[in-house]
Amino acid sequence: MENTDLIVLWGSNAREAHPIMFHRMLTGKRNGAEMIVVDPRHTSSAAFADLWLGLDVGSDIALANAVGREIIAQDLHNKEFIANATEGFDEYAASVDRYTLDYAEEITGVPAEGIAELARTYAKAPSAILCWTLGITEHHTAVENVFSLINLALLCGHVGRYGSGLCPLRGQNNVQGGGDMGALPNRLPGFQSVEDPAIRSRFESVWGAPVPPKSGWHLAQMFEAMESGDLRCLYVIGENPADSEANAAHARHLLTGLDHLVVQDIRLTSTAKLADVVLPAAASFAETTGTVTNSERRVQLVRAALEPPGQAKDDLAIVSGVASEMGTDWGEVTAEELWDELRTLSPMHTGMSYERLEANSGLRWPCGGEDDNGSLFLHGRLWDRPVSGARAAFTFAEWRPPVDELTEEYPIRLTTGRRLDSFNTGVQSGAYESPIRNREALDINEADAQKLGIADGEIVRVSSRRGSLETPVRIAPSVHEGLAFLTFHFADQVDTNLLVPDDWDPMSGTSEFKAAAIRIEKI
Amino acid sequence: MELLSRTAQATAEELSAIAGVLGERTEQSSPRLKRRGASRRTLLLPVLHALRDEVGYISEGAVQEISEQLEVARADIYGVASFYALLPTEPQPSTTVHVCVDMACRFTGGQRLVDDLRETTGDGGEGDIAIHESPCLGQCENAPAAYIERTGDSRFSLTGTTTKKILESLKSTDASSPDASDATNQPLRAYSIGEAQLLRRIGIPPKLASYGDFYALRAALENGPEWVLENLEASQLRGRGGAAFPTAIKWRGVAEARESVRYVVANADESEPGTFKDRLLLENDPFSLIEAMVIAGFVTGAQKGYIYVRDEYPLACARIEQACSEAVTAGLLGNQPAGGDFSFHIELRRGAGAYICGEETALFNSIEGYRGEPRSKPPFPTESGLFGKPTLVNNVETFANVPLILNPKKTGAEETVAQETGAEEFIQVGTEQSKGTRLFCVSGACEYPGTYEAPLGTPLSDLLEEAGATESARVLLGGAAGAFVSQDQHDVPLSFEDTSAASLTLGSGAVIVIDPKADMSDLLGRITDFFADESCGQCVPCRVGTVRQKESVARIRTNGSDPTELALLDDLDAVMTDASICGLGQTAASAIRSARHTKIFK
Amino acid sequence: MTATIKINGEECSVSEGTTLLSACREQGIDIPTICNAENLSPVNTCRVCVVEMEGSRTLVPSCSRQAAEGMVIATHSDRVRRSRRMVLELLASSVDLSRSEADLLGWIDEYEADSSRHSSGDNLDPPATVAQPVKLQDSLYVRDYSRCVLCYKCVQACGEEAQNTFAISVADRGFAATISTEFDTALPDSACVYCGNCIGVCPTGALIFTTEFELREAGEWNEEQQKVTRTVCPYCGVGCNLELRTQDETIVRVTSPSDHEVSHGHLCIKGRFGTGFVKTEPDTES
Repeated sequence: MENTDLIVLWGSNAREAHPIMFHRMLTGKRNGAEMIVVDPRHTSSAAFADLWLGLDVGSDIALANAVGREIIAQDLHNKEFIANATEGFDEYAASVDRYTLDYAEEITGVPAEGIAELARTYAKAPSAILCWTLGITEHHTAVENVFSLINLALLCGHVGRYGSGLCPLRGQNNVQGGGDMGALPNRLPGFQSVEDPAIRSRFESVWGAPVPPKSGWHLAQMFEAMESGDLRCLYVIGENPADSEANAAHARHLLTGLDHLVVQDIRLTSTAKLADVVLPAAASFAETTGTVTNSERRVQLVRAALEPPGQAKDDLAIVSGVASEMGTDWGEVTAEELWDELRTLSPMHTGMSYERLEANSGLRWPCGGEDDNGSLFLHGRLWDRPVSGARAAFTFAEWRPPVDELTEEYPIRLTTGRRLDSFNTGVQSGAYESPIRNREALDINEADAQKLGIADGEIVRVSSRRGSLETPVRIAPSVHEGLAFLTFHFADQVDTNLLVPDDWDPMSGTSEFKAAAIRIEKI
Repeated sequence: MELLSRTAQATAEELSAIAGVLGERTEQSSPRLKRRGASRRTLLLPVLHALRDEVGYISEGAVQEISEQLEVARADIYGVASFYALLPTEPQPSTTVHVCVDMACRFTGGQRLVDDLRETTGDGGEGDIAIHESPCLGQCENAPAAYIERTGDSRFSLTGTTTKKILESLKSTDASSPDASDATNQPLRAYSIGEAQLLRRIGIPPKLASYGDFYALRAALENGPEWVLENLEASQLRGRGGAAFPTAIKWRGVAEARESVRYVVANADESEPGTFKDRLLLENDPFSLIEAMVIAGFVTGAQKGYIYVRDEYPLACARIEQACSEAVTAGLLGNQPAGGDFSFHIELRRGAGAYICGEETALFNSIEGYRGEPRSKPPFPTESGLFGKPTLVNNVETFANVPLILNPKKTGAEETVAQETGAEEFIQVGTEQSKGTRLFCVSGACEYPGTYEAPLGTPLSDLLEEAGATESARVLLGGAAGAFVSQDQHDVPLSFEDTSAASLTLGSGAVIVIDPKADMSDLLGRITDFFADESCGQCVPCRVGTVRQKESVARIRTNGSDPTELALLDDLDAVMTDASICGLGQTAASAIRSARHTKIFK
Repeated sequence: MTATIKINGEECSVSEGTTLLSACREQGIDIPTICNAENLSPVNTCRVCVVEMEGSRTLVPSCSRQAAEGMVIATHSDRVRRSRRMVLELLASSVDLSRSEADLLGWIDEYEADSSRHSSGDNLDPPATVAQPVKLQDSLYVRDYSRCVLCYKCVQACGEEAQNTFAISVADRGFAATISTEFDTALPDSACVYCGNCIGVCPTGALIFTTEFELREAGEWNEEQQKVTRTVCPYCGVGCNLELRTQDETIVRVTSPSDHEVSHGHLCIKGRFGTGFVKTEPDTES
């Protein structure tokens, strides 16, 4: 970040959601990098940008395709890289051909000159990092959105080099680590396929138990299974779906209807309140020992500073306890012992002993052995000639509008996100008093406020096809006409997720939190 | 920088003042596209000046508006405005009278004038006039002096003044241009020992027609940059601002710098108490400076020059502006000056009441829109100066020597470009290590105060005699940052090497003559106040040391001295001189030290 | 590129461009610093780190002066010690240093800085100090500028060296210079986003957590009973490291190690102030 020539933040408000990463981006800017922000809102990140493109919510694929087309049309693509390290370019080029600047302007609302400038700047930059967050992935086309950005990096060779890459910024301190450890429906630790018998058998020999051979359900599929009655019992660890799921009323209804709900959490969350059994957990970062993995694949140690309060126990002890009640005695396992076992099973973690993690500000996987200092970036192999391993594929995606259609009845696009001093459903951040926290309010444009005859601070009724609520409004220059914004930090004040559609991306299972159609009414 | 919610709104009057500098606020063409332009922070001081001039002060609403337009944080703008004595952040009476209480003005009753005016006007009360004590206003040859700011109207100087004259001038409406003001009616008081060089045009109207063509520039264009540098080297010219650094080294340093964007800066922030020679040149011979700067632009490859003039010199500002516009019209400044294959533009910048901005790096910060705090050196300006680019910065008098060196005699329009240069002639005057003439600002207890041009090496006693000072007079040489000359040093030759050998300094060329019966203790107290007031506050030795020095001197004045107190003064001297960032702190103890050595202050 | 320099008579080889301070520390020579911080660029305002350099008219700040071939340095000559003693004396006589870092208090003893020398007799005004009322304007910070040595670190951390919020600047000048928001407006009405990075770099206790302030005021701040544990922030995926200072099973201050590759000593409001949720006992209503 500090040494690149261009930073593109696409669907990311890192200034508020990843503040310290944003420091590094600003250091990069101070060192001469340009910054381009693509976001429907003129966010606090956009305020630092050299160029901001305020696209319509959910038009990312159209914009990316037009950028790709423009790069090719201007003959700015990296032909050497495309020829030697990628596949599917011709099909891609043919497919994006109809995404002219004018066509994209029509879909995205961004003037053609801005799109062309993004294309030119990205293609000409000697090095460029493209970052995204939930602005890309909380859509019903989440994975296709990502593919459309990857295509741009492949076009220009902005991947696998120092200062050039694709960088999804992770939203939670261990969401990367969760995936690394196999908390995915189709993967074992180290992203190893659960459906590969050879891999399964390695795990089975160490674990001394059979591993189910089929992929499981992801979150959205679980809710579908609850609806169909195939899922009757749920064990939730450190998640608050009653507040965090889209179409919240429906999600709560399904959770309430379960035969048995177990919630393991540090606080009595909204979900825990619905549970049959609550297992009080220690706060991992300050009351337990273990590891977490950050956005840059850096595994770091957390250490206990405090005794857990009351009956709370650390997650490892709780899970072991449950196992023991179920008749399997794992004994007293320390976090380090468990980690060392993992290192024998997950090749990308093998070199990461606690001792080395302690000594090195953590290590970035893959880290194959004790003499391996980890990896600064991935995909460097694409620059080997001939390329080692598989070529990187262009994956064209056709733009499709958000599911929740804007109509006369629901004319305003609501998008949701986060604010600097708060975090997700507020389980953690709700416990401190922030001088910069105001009561949650719906950000709307001045022109919309005038049309509706609403004053700043006035309480209005907001309705979507799923629900309705009351909220004060805040007239904000960060949203353009026709756009509104809410966070879901304060379900007790404004139960935002009541409004949000639960149409989800078939590949990732993520709901379209970013695009609801709403109506605002004066009360 | 984030866009913050508005805490205050600028008034229509403020918006108009701001627009006068920044232009009308333009909205983006599309609500879906925003581009950041190049930083305009350098316009911060000009826009703050516009507010002071037109509205009287810098309000919260104005700061909010400037913050949005320049993308400079509100706290930063406040930090900058509050740094400068002449940029108030609270409402002011419509008229502010700054009365000088330093040096010559102090000897001629500046302080009494302040007291009298305060009583007469009510100082900010119903009279709507504020009376401020001011550090030296650079009008010492016509003391006492005042500098007047009238919101929405004008700013001008008054010299040889009295309460009555000041109040009358405030009533009259045609005091409104600096040219029409009292200062222009005072005698110029320019003298020379030997042939006048730098002062040869004083008294001639500062018009291009009387200046003649830019012959030295034409000679430079004809013979090339290297020829100019060689001549400057041959002339052995040393800087006239105080540090006496060889001028050619700076010029060559910038000309040969690695970076291609470069700047030329004229330091016209003449603020050393007792110094006024640059003002005389700026007001009466602006074209010498302009020509020299264009030559500097040609030689160094800089395309932009700044003249940073202290704000208390409104007449100099007006005349420089006028002269620049004449030079542009005549094709001698701007694009392809005198037909040369380069361009050079000059922008005038006003200081805002800060002695420290005469320090070159503080001056750069000021132009860039920051607090006028000096930077750490190295890097030196020739490597990293204004906007971080290689910069040639010279004092006004130094620049004025350049056309002389390149073309000593040609002043008339009918004469042709000289083939021979004046470097050889230049080194005929002066001493071994100090070539040419020097301007000395003689003020205080003498019959003929004024600017004296004298060959370097002229004995101080000759100068004092010319000025009609008594033999028993005391002399403070070099201003507040200078040193007292003991009786047995009166014949010291005024050269860099001789003064240095005598633990003295030529400094800015200030020669302050003090009546032997004058209250020295009051003067020393004032000098310590001056440094405490003018310290920028950045480094501990100067920020706290100048205050502790002032307190110590006050204790000695009240209670007499004792060894403990003198040891403390020595320690303060040591830490300020040795450990301060810049020349201000490094010289803040100089006058007190010399006063002790010369037994003026025991 | 290495440069050979001589420090206190000993020749040593250092990489060119390294600061004299680092060069001296590599040689095991202790040089006091106040305004210098590992995670900020040097501003060299305190001048306590000055050393004597042959050929230089004045002493030079070791924190910012880069080593160059042939430099001859004295780090503890009488001249150097005198300036250091005076800098410490000037600060100690004008600023309340009682809550400063232990190092600073140690140097005052080591250099025999005697602030009482600057006091006045009965018939004169007392010597100027920066004493002023404590600013208690919100639930998170306490700003007590009576303890401010104007090291500029907080301004750097709030500005382009880290947070880029620019809520504070140095205002006024000379001895009156002070750290201030615009027009001294209260912090909650300023641009401040409460990242606390100013607190993180403050060497004198002028900027502290309200939790710490309250414990200190109540006489309950007890460093001997405190322990510091390094861990990872529980919020976003950046992975900033935290140093949790705990006393009686409560987090009383959160800092960030300045040598950490991810966070370089800086945090945001959530990491700095949002860890209190661990204190909350799980509700047992159901």
